[in-house]
Amino acid sequence: MELLEAIILAVLAASTPLLIAATGELVTERSGVLNLGVEGMMIVGAACGFAGAWLTGSILIGALFGIVAGTLMSLIFALMALGLAVNQVATGLALTILGVGLSGLIGAGFVGERITPAAHLYIPGLTDIPLIGRVLFGEDAFVYSSLTLIVGVWWFLYRTRPGLILRACGDSHVSAHALGYPVLRIRTFAVMFGGACAGLAGAYLPLAYTPFFIPGMTAGRGWIALALVVFSSWRPGRLVVGAYLFGAVTILQLHAQGWGVGIPSQFMSALPYLATVIVLVLLSRARTGGSTAPAALGTVFVPDR
Amino acid sequence: MQLVLEKRAERSNTIAMVSPLIAIGLTIVTMVILFAILGKNPLLALHAYFIAPLTDGYSLQEIAVKATPLVMIAIGLSLCYLANAWNIGAEGQFLVGAVAGSWIAVKTQGTDAGAWVLPAMFVLAAAGGALYALIPAICKVKFGASEILTSLMLVYVADLFLDYLVRGPWRDPHGFNFPTTAEFDPVATVPLLIEGGRLHLGSIIALVVVAAAAILLGRTIKGFEIRVVGAAPRAARFGGFNADQLIILTFAVSGALAGLAGIIEVAGPVGHLQPGISPGYGFTAIIVAFLGRLNPLGILIAGLFLALTFIGGEQAQIAMKIPLDVTKVFQGILLFYVLACDSLILYRFKLVFPNRQVARGTA
Repeated sequence: MELLEAIILAVLAASTPLLIAATGELVTERSGVLNLGVEGMMIVGAACGFAGAWLTGSILIGALFGIVAGTLMSLIFALMALGLAVNQVATGLALTILGVGLSGLIGAGFVGERITPAAHLYIPGLTDIPLIGRVLFGEDAFVYSSLTLIVGVWWFLYRTRPGLILRACGDSHVSAHALGYPVLRIRTFAVMFGGACAGLAGAYLPLAYTPFFIPGMTAGRGWIALALVVFSSWRPGRLVVGAYLFGAVTILQLHAQGWGVGIPSQFMSALPYLATVIVLVLLSRARTGGSTAPAALGTVFVPDR
Repeated sequence: MQLVLEKRAERSNTIAMVSPLIAIGLTIVTMVILFAILGKNPLLALHAYFIAPLTDGYSLQEIAVKATPLVMIAIGLSLCYLANAWNIGAEGQFLVGAVAGSWIAVKTQGTDAGAWVLPAMFVLAAAGGALYALIPAICKVKFGASEILTSLMLVYVADLFLDYLVRGPWRDPHGFNFPTTAEFDPVATVPLLIEGGRLHLGSIIALVVVAAAAILLGRTIKGFEIRVVGAAPRAARFGGFNADQLIILTFAVSGALAGLAGIIEVAGPVGHLQPGISPGYGFTAIIVAFLGRLNPLGILIAGLFLALTFIGGEQAQIAMKIPLDVTKVFQGILLFYVLACDSLILYRFKLVFPNRQVARGTA
């Protein structure tokens, strides 16, 4: 029982950064912009988040540092891909390369330092319920925020008018433009939201997941988040399922290594990446009758006047 | 005030020529600011980065050695990008090539195997890299899975696989438990061009690859097909060009080149297989490809330039304690400026002031 509880807790913790980053990217992509720089925004968010928390001693301020850093990174992307109509794939790659370098530079002074990780909720009585107590009432603020975030995004996209307009931009920027909506401004906000989420997801790693910063600690999570958006068919509900499935794969391979399964640890560590490839193939194959991706995803839009 | 893009009537060839130079200029200005923020003398830092490596023979050879894998990988990537196929997993194909080629070196270690060893290593490395690149290509063509994500995921897998080999079955029994294979035999080593120097046969191979790519793109139908499929997919369909086949082809070629670069690095400058054989060549090569405007000759020059930043970065770290990550920041910023300047080829940038815009609207 206790092992099961520990596994569920670990899965939730491993899934949360994926869920937060993928939620942001989902909104970005729904507006028609493909930002491949998630990994870069996350790693800068991790470095700045740790720097903020270490300097001030506050996890909240650390998280805010991460959010601001991710947003600033995404603004570079917005300037390039939306302002200057540069190819989005290439710009996203550039953002990741820049982010890896910047995070190394920012984080260099903090390697080896430790902080007190984010506190977990404790409600006497409720948190003590066996099995489900700690899972439901004993998480840190990031886990609850990630779930609030995805519900908020679902409500925004499907139940509000601005959400409808954002989706319209993603499906046909020409039509949205013709109706008088400021396509580029809407997309800029969507990209910034994606950046803020990626920064928060990155900050989660050194603030809650492991209480220290190491260079390259995102380890491809930004890319997995991108794959999760494809996995979800651009739907928030399926995104939650996908994020927890991937978290489960990560944790199960760790436990399998601990149980001494006779497979070299490197093969187990490769599982989340291989799973991503396999899932992408199966899903893309299962989709007959057209793609579910936003129709204008990744295309350059230059308004004519 | 608002930034507005205006499409040019035709692409500007002048800007196409000078845009990489503008980009390099802007990057250097940005670096001066960054050095100042880091509290280093910008002029000394620039000297350490760009001038000092050019002043002694050892560093010049080292630049050619570093440029070799960058140019070879970037040539392959440029074919993919021209055909609008996004292979960003060259780092993984590089590693798999290194592993596949090293297999022969490890198995013939200490035997009296003859001169066939090195050519066989090259062939196997190219085949390994090509096969590894075909995984994302086939997933793309057969199932429509994004080649960007699959090729990148396979980088992590290749990295772990190499790690497993050098910590497990291929570890040097006399290596004091370091994760590395034994030093390759002389027959399994890329020969040096100058006795006692650093320059090796790989640099010649890279030049041959550049020439071959120039001929392929400029003088053959296949090269024409690659460019049309990328630039005008609709026209290519009407012309009866098979886009899927070209994705497979360009991925295979770029994987083979990355794999070859991998074994040349391992059997050349490094001398044995170990983790960390690449300081991100596969990713830096993406920058090389774009800085070289996806043109073989341009890629050769761009490869030498980025190799210079690697060597300069190392020298600046030793001489001025400038962190190595500055080189990565430099490379990232450079790619941004290159892409932004490329936009100038197709568009004019204009600043529009809202009041004037309103006036035009009512006219």
